Amino acid sequence: MSAHHPAAPVGGKLFNLPVMICSLLIAAMVAVLFVRFIFGLGAVTNLNDGYPWGIWVVFDVVIGSAFACGGFSVAMLVYIFNRGEYHPLVRPALLASLFGYTLAGVGVLFDLGRWWNFWHILWPGYANPNSVMFEVALCISCYIIVMWIEFSPVFMEKWGMKVQKKKLEKVLFFFIALGTLLPMMHQSSLGTLLVVMGPQVNPLWQTPVVPLLFLLSAITIGYGVVLFESCVASSAYRMEIEMHLLQPLAKVMLGMLSVFLIVRFGDLVVRNAFGHALQPTLEAFFFWLETACFVLPYLLVGTAGARRNPARLFLAGVAIMLGGVLLRVNGFLIGYDTGLGVDHGWNYFPSIAEMLVTIGMFALEVLGYIIITRRFPVLPRSAAAH
Amino acid sequence: MTSRRDFLRGCLAGGAAAASAVLPETACARDTLQRPPEGLGLLYDATLCVGCQACVAACKQANGNPAEFSAMDKLWDSPLDTSGHTFNLIKMYRNGTMETKDAEENGFAFMKTSCMHCADPSCVSACPVSAMTKDPVTGIVGYDADACIGCRYCVAACPFGIPKYQYDSPTGKIGKCELCRHRHKDGHYSACAEVCPTGATLFGRTEDLLAEAKRRLAAKPGEKLVVPRGRLPKPGETAEEAARWKGLVDQSYEAVAGTYLQHVYGEKEYGGTQVLKLSAVNFQKAGLPDLPPKSSAATSETIQHTLYGGMIMPIAVLAGLTWVAKRNVVPEDDDQKGGKQ
Repeated sequence: MSAHHPAAPVGGKLFNLPVMICSLLIAAMVAVLFVRFIFGLGAVTNLNDGYPWGIWVVFDVVIGSAFACGGFSVAMLVYIFNRGEYHPLVRPALLASLFGYTLAGVGVLFDLGRWWNFWHILWPGYANPNSVMFEVALCISCYIIVMWIEFSPVFMEKWGMKVQKKKLEKVLFFFIALGTLLPMMHQSSLGTLLVVMGPQVNPLWQTPVVPLLFLLSAITIGYGVVLFESCVASSAYRMEIEMHLLQPLAKVMLGMLSVFLIVRFGDLVVRNAFGHALQPTLEAFFFWLETACFVLPYLLVGTAGARRNPARLFLAGVAIMLGGVLLRVNGFLIGYDTGLGVDHGWNYFPSIAEMLVTIGMFALEVLGYIIITRRFPVLPRSAAAH
Repeated sequence: MTSRRDFLRGCLAGGAAAASAVLPETACARDTLQRPPEGLGLLYDATLCVGCQACVAACKQANGNPAEFSAMDKLWDSPLDTSGHTFNLIKMYRNGTMETKDAEENGFAFMKTSCMHCADPSCVSACPVSAMTKDPVTGIVGYDADACIGCRYCVAACPFGIPKYQYDSPTGKIGKCELCRHRHKDGHYSACAEVCPTGATLFGRTEDLLAEAKRRLAAKPGEKLVVPRGRLPKPGETAEEAARWKGLVDQSYEAVAGTYLQHVYGEKEYGGTQVLKLSAVNFQKAGLPDLPPKSSAATSETIQHTLYGGMIMPIAVLAGLTWVAKRNVVPEDDDQKGGKQ
């Protein structure tokens, strides 16, 4: 890491209240999953044939992986756009991404109805290159491996593997390039998943540019997540907030957000679909809620003065994350209607058990983040109070 | 200044993948697929249907599916919709007093719900492991449970809401009509058509069924019309060809032409389907979606192949990114510039 800010373990006790809460939530998840694997998806979820995908797909995988774009967004800023000053943010962001993606990959298994066949998706004999899902699965699998390689110097530092670390660093640039390409591919494809569903998806979200919308929003969310995480980590570990990095980062985020909003609204106007946003429907309401979340950061951190306020940076990050959640929930659930307006009576709202699994997965991420940052050199040392 | 130039260079490399997403209609455009010439299918004529549900029972038997109950007494099979265990169902349109059959006002009508066997099926395009396939000769959309991972993307993708998953089982499969392809080798065709007493469901080559549908639409409402039952032989069928299938070749009888809407549902929808439908009541009111002639599979695969055709674009972008990253990533002990400032 940088000469001025070498990364260091935070240290401190591992057994405390947050860790206990996380462990309880994880135990609840394991209990639900036990029932799910013995009795089937119907025993614990509210999934049905009108809504075959619920929160395990939309939250744990589609949104979970978008939240895990911090590593990709920051690495792209540092290594591709050569903004070395942001380097201290790379490791923490990459760690969160690593957990987000690894757990999204594991979370898929809970939702797969025939999970013992999951390896088919990586086996050439079964491949269907026409399938968007095939691209997403293959690409995310590769990215998880690439991210572990990108992050492995942290473990090598801890365990004193100097020779191996030197060798890896010689070729690390290639994995960083790969680690920038792969999220571009699958984050856009996660949007393309909607295209084959055709007119079942409301025109506010069904568009040929949906891959670009998902990609641009994922990059923006990546910066939002870094703002959020930096503020939370600083407050939890009683460290100084790295305002000199977060202020300009918030500006970069607003820039990306502007590109996203131009494409978003340009597309609606070009396709003549804006009228759908002006109807008294649930879909229109959620469209405006989503839009409000994406516009809020301009009000929160639009000026240089406002960006000096850590609370505003934090809230702007949260607003971007909520906007990203809504874009995805709207596309896959709220704006999705089996049978195109012919009322088949299908409804979906997640069951408590389904929510326990989603919450348990996020708890697992938080727990992993706590353990690794306390024991491995991830967060910048100079700011650490311990 | 170096930093700014690198920034622009990064924009160029990173933006290439993103920019390509907005250019879907290029050389890789994939047209909507058409029905195979020998494709098999069904013709359902709602005006001939009496709602006896013999086809529903026969389908259950042919596919070894259990009964599903919607009433407390659990006396007989009474599914409310198709499901992982019910591949075929006759639904009912009801309005007002329900006095007249096949009338939109104060009337009722039947509609068969089962797989349409699309010319360009969304489920086949969606399936990541080729568990859903379209037979190149018969055009039957078949399912292979041994390949399936249970992701249910096919369920989400189908605009007819046809592939359905068995949520009640830890080893649930996808269930859908496969036109009784497993019975073809024994000379049996689709069970629903075999048992239909009025010829409302007819089995045959889609091309012949389409001609039959147009013959019915040309008839004057109320006039006598001879309609076939069971299987529709292709024109000039030889005795040898006919011997492939069990049952009488000619089971036709004299019926009355219905007051059809001048629309063969499935002729053009989503690039055409191999199951065709005739109705006197608006198709959307009877539960069928209003679909454009272009399939969603064509749009989706055009986007995918534009971005990933031959992996040319990803490799080009990777080369650009690698070149930029090699300049900017400096080894740990060399804290001079770039990423290691």
